Amino acid sequence: MLLIPCPYCGPRPEIEFRYAGQAHVARAADPSALSDAEWAQFLYLRDNPRGRHAERWRHTNGCGRFFNCIRDTLTDKIAATYRIGETPPDLAAGAEARR
Amino acid sequence: MVDAASNKPARAAAEFAPVRQTAAAPSAASPYRLATGGIVDRSAPLLFSFDGRNYGGLRGDTLASALLANGVRLVGRSFKYHRPRGILAAGSEEPNALVELREGARREPNTRATVAELYEGLAAVSQNRWPSLWFDCMAVNSLFSPIIGAGFYYKTFMWPASFWEKLYEPMIRRAAGLGRAAGMPDPDTYEKAFAHCDVLVIGSGPAGLMAALAAGRAGARVILCDEDFEFGGRLLAECRDIDGRPCAQWAGSLLAELASLPEVRMLKRTTVFGAYDHGVYAAIERVADHLATPSPHMPRQRVWNIVAKRTVLAAGAIERPLVFGNNDRPGVMLGGAVRAYLNRFAVKPGTRAVVFANNDDAVATLLDLAAAGISVQACVDPRGADAGVVRAAAQRIGTRFVNGAVVRARGGHRLRAVDVSAVAEPWHKLTFPCDLLAMSGGWSPSVHLSSHLGGRPQWSDALAAFVPGPLPRGMSVAGAAAGEFGLAACLAGGAKAGAEAAGDCGFAAKPVAMPGIGPEPIGIAALWRVRAKRGKAFVDFQNDVTVSDIELAEREGFRAVEHLKRYTTLGMATDQGKTANVNGLAIMAELTEKTIPATGATRFRPPYTPVAIGALAGHHRRKDFKPTRLTPGHAWAQEQGAVFMETGLWLRAQYFPQPGDNSWLDACNREVTATRNAVGVCDVSTLGKIDLQGTDAGLFLDRLYANAMSSLPVGRARYGLMLREDGFVLDDGTVSRLAEDHFFVTTTTANAARVMQHMDFCHQVLWPDLDVQFVSVSDQWAQYSLAGPKAREVLQKLVDGQHDISNTAFPYMAAGEVTVGGGVPARLFRISFSGELAYEISVPARFGDAVIRAVVAAGAPLGIRPYGLEALSVMRIEKGHVGGAEINGQTTARDLGLERMVSSKKDFIGRVMAGRPALLAPDRPAFVGFKSVGDGAIGAGAHFLPVGAEPSARNDEGHVTSVAYSPTLGHLVGLGLLKGGSKRLGEKMRAYDPLRGRDTLIEVCSPVFYDPEGARLRA
Ligand SMILES: [Zn+2]
Repeated sequence: MLLIPCPYCGPRPEIEFRYAGQAHVARAADPSALSDAEWAQFLYLRDNPRGRHAERWRHTNGCGRFFNCIRDTLTDKIAATYRIGETPPDLAAGAEARR
Repeated sequence: MVDAASNKPARAAAEFAPVRQTAAAPSAASPYRLATGGIVDRSAPLLFSFDGRNYGGLRGDTLASALLANGVRLVGRSFKYHRPRGILAAGSEEPNALVELREGARREPNTRATVAELYEGLAAVSQNRWPSLWFDCMAVNSLFSPIIGAGFYYKTFMWPASFWEKLYEPMIRRAAGLGRAAGMPDPDTYEKAFAHCDVLVIGSGPAGLMAALAAGRAGARVILCDEDFEFGGRLLAECRDIDGRPCAQWAGSLLAELASLPEVRMLKRTTVFGAYDHGVYAAIERVADHLATPSPHMPRQRVWNIVAKRTVLAAGAIERPLVFGNNDRPGVMLGGAVRAYLNRFAVKPGTRAVVFANNDDAVATLLDLAAAGISVQACVDPRGADAGVVRAAAQRIGTRFVNGAVVRARGGHRLRAVDVSAVAEPWHKLTFPCDLLAMSGGWSPSVHLSSHLGGRPQWSDALAAFVPGPLPRGMSVAGAAAGEFGLAACLAGGAKAGAEAAGDCGFAAKPVAMPGIGPEPIGIAALWRVRAKRGKAFVDFQNDVTVSDIELAEREGFRAVEHLKRYTTLGMATDQGKTANVNGLAIMAELTEKTIPATGATRFRPPYTPVAIGALAGHHRRKDFKPTRLTPGHAWAQEQGAVFMETGLWLRAQYFPQPGDNSWLDACNREVTATRNAVGVCDVSTLGKIDLQGTDAGLFLDRLYANAMSSLPVGRARYGLMLREDGFVLDDGTVSRLAEDHFFVTTTTANAARVMQHMDFCHQVLWPDLDVQFVSVSDQWAQYSLAGPKAREVLQKLVDGQHDISNTAFPYMAAGEVTVGGGVPARLFRISFSGELAYEISVPARFGDAVIRAVVAAGAPLGIRPYGLEALSVMRIEKGHVGGAEINGQTTARDLGLERMVSSKKDFIGRVMAGRPALLAPDRPAFVGFKSVGDGAIGAGAHFLPVGAEPSARNDEGHVTSVAYSPTLGHLVGLGLLKGGSKRLGEKMRAYDPLRGRDTLIEVCSPVFYDPEGARLRA
């Protein structure tokens, strides 16, 4: 069971949240300008890293907000959570959010 | 008093006689209960029964200690061979003494007698025996043991497959197995609780108590859990002095101090059974297991989710059995358990004892046995010179010391003697009569929770045991669980771990003064098995796995620890091999001539001890798990005799039967006909309803829907189609504009939550800059559909006079706010699903009941009838509207014949992908209607096949999605998805349904069977 720090509510148990896919998958401003390959990338292709992964989560049974979360897929450690639209924090040098 | 000591056939025969209720003897009279000592309450006698006989015990007993106090040694039969079994341990690791506890709906199988707290009236029966414990017919399984040894499931019953289900499995289940489930709904309740703390301390033995004290004194929020019903762990079971006081007494004063600390919470009867990510631990508290029935409103058990910043695992250690011939005879017991029965429960587990150990733990056992007045016949130790302290202790109590090993136990239903082989004279067998063998193969640290997150335990040669490996973040291990054997080490280790944990949470801890303790030896020399020629030597008692099974696994190549486990079932019983795993692994290491670390290590998974599914479910049972949603008009529909059906969580009226109906179809036909000819009313409150406001609401809806919404005039409604980004249809519904910046959206009942989630995503993630707010108001509005040529006439009686709802003022697809019944606010939409002149009227939920009654009263003179889902569905098929069967996640707007709704003037979700070449392919299955031209029945799911074509996937041309009998037209009407779609009007096809054995000729036609011009809608 993960303890997920919602950027709006603070740390809450995993059961209050729902995973919402990979983060920073931007919808094009002009979707008709995308090539087929770009569409395939946007719709279907997702990263599957062993390690840190930027994800969207939603605090479904809480504030209802979507937010971004950097989670290590190997250890489940959550390095950071931040609001939609914010840029990912610099996580170099092992800087980690409080647990 | 029952004498269970006899092993004569006469005893067995007596078991067939009706059970005599023997009056319980006062426990004090029992020759097995010590007159003094222990922490049982001699002033609180308790009556209990085992296998129908009454016995007496004391408050503070477990079922196991109470049985021992009554001289009962035989308590169960083993899983596979039905061997007589007694009590091996005194804690939750017990593999043998499993009983069915309680009766009726509360009957609970596989309960360990060693942790079942005695209460007045406790009723337990032994399990896995027939017809009785003493005379068990299935014990012949033992004779067939060559057949049912390791791997027998895999080898013996491989062929033919059908035999497995019909013959083998029922047979095995009867012959092998454990207790019986109650088979009735559990009458008790279970609950979940959440707790947060700085330091969680698991276990309240010497290490745990010191850890809790150190952290608690520093001011940290501490939770101390122990699975026992008394705190103190081994301090309750040992006869040691701490600071010149008996250790149990010393523990008592520590507990009193802990109880006085405001930030320390103490949970007894609470097993921490799982370690999870981020410092989350799950624990099961047995709130009422020690009561005959829980008090009213008291849960039986409670599952805790404990979030801890730091954790000190002080779970102690589990003693290992020694492996020799017939080591499972009732009376063969772990040494530490013998001491627990003597010192904590004041029970003599036997009258004549032999001690057999490979480690210095035997010293305490010898002294405690002697102190209790039990004659110790011999002390057997395989170690030579290293056994000095044990030899000295034996000498002190006048017991013969034998450097050697017990090779075989004798006796059937109870131990009668042991055969010993001495190192000096291996050819000369010594036999010692005894009814108790106290054995110790050393102690295994309880590393379980340390490995739940994947940390592999590490082998220590010095301790001959696995100690915790890499630990979960935030956990430290103290005391015997860390391999710190010996009381002084446990106390010091616990105090240190507790202080450090508190320090990590920002609480400065002062050092806790160490109490004075005498020296203690902890030497050990591994002895994994005694090479006995006769008698089964058990490794896993609960799953009946013997040394021969491990040898067989080795010969057949199942040598890796995980293979060994699965091939022999070693460690796979409900005790998860607590007493068995290390012995099994070590024997495999010996056989393969490898080291133990090279052979492997068992990692554990939650739960540490079995947890009832009911406890995990908590209150989430039945309707509390899947609640029922009722519309505001439900009571009214019930009064009309509606038959309801579940749609999602909702209960919706399916039809309204009347006396004389032959079937639901009569009711359905009546409702359709009444609506088409006069007027009908249907509760559509279950539709998803979303209220949107904001200056960008129109723009937002433009991006969500395939058709334009910003162009919708105020006071008008529009049918809307929503696509997924990949181009397929997500949902349909209506959009109404109530003001320039105010829209009201409906979704289908099934997709209400999904559409809301989709909108939230689009607004929060894709377009957070849009000025729009929206909220689900599905529960806030009751909504009724009023349909039929006389619908307006009914409505005019309800809508307050100032609102003009004539066809001119309020035409087809009008929407607006009105009042009804003298000022009740309402929203009126002139939209139709049935194809008739129709309105949907929406009122605040609290008026829903009154309004449906008013509608029916107003419509009565005009012949109004309520209609249910069946009639609704028939009318939608007659009219050719798509529903859930057509919007199935695989269809596009074009497939459904709705391409004219798709705007080409704006961007919206799904637009580009809906234009993919594959989705425009002319042979995609597309929406059509069909009529039956044969005489067979047709059901949804039937496949369209060309006439004369062989039924095969290759010839499949689509399928029937919806079909109904149309009372309006007098024949079957159907909808489907057919390759080529509307280009094939007039063609004859087969509706082929091999599942139901149907094959009927149909003719493809337009999906709109009723009023294709739409004149009735606009009337
Ligand atoms: Zn939140």
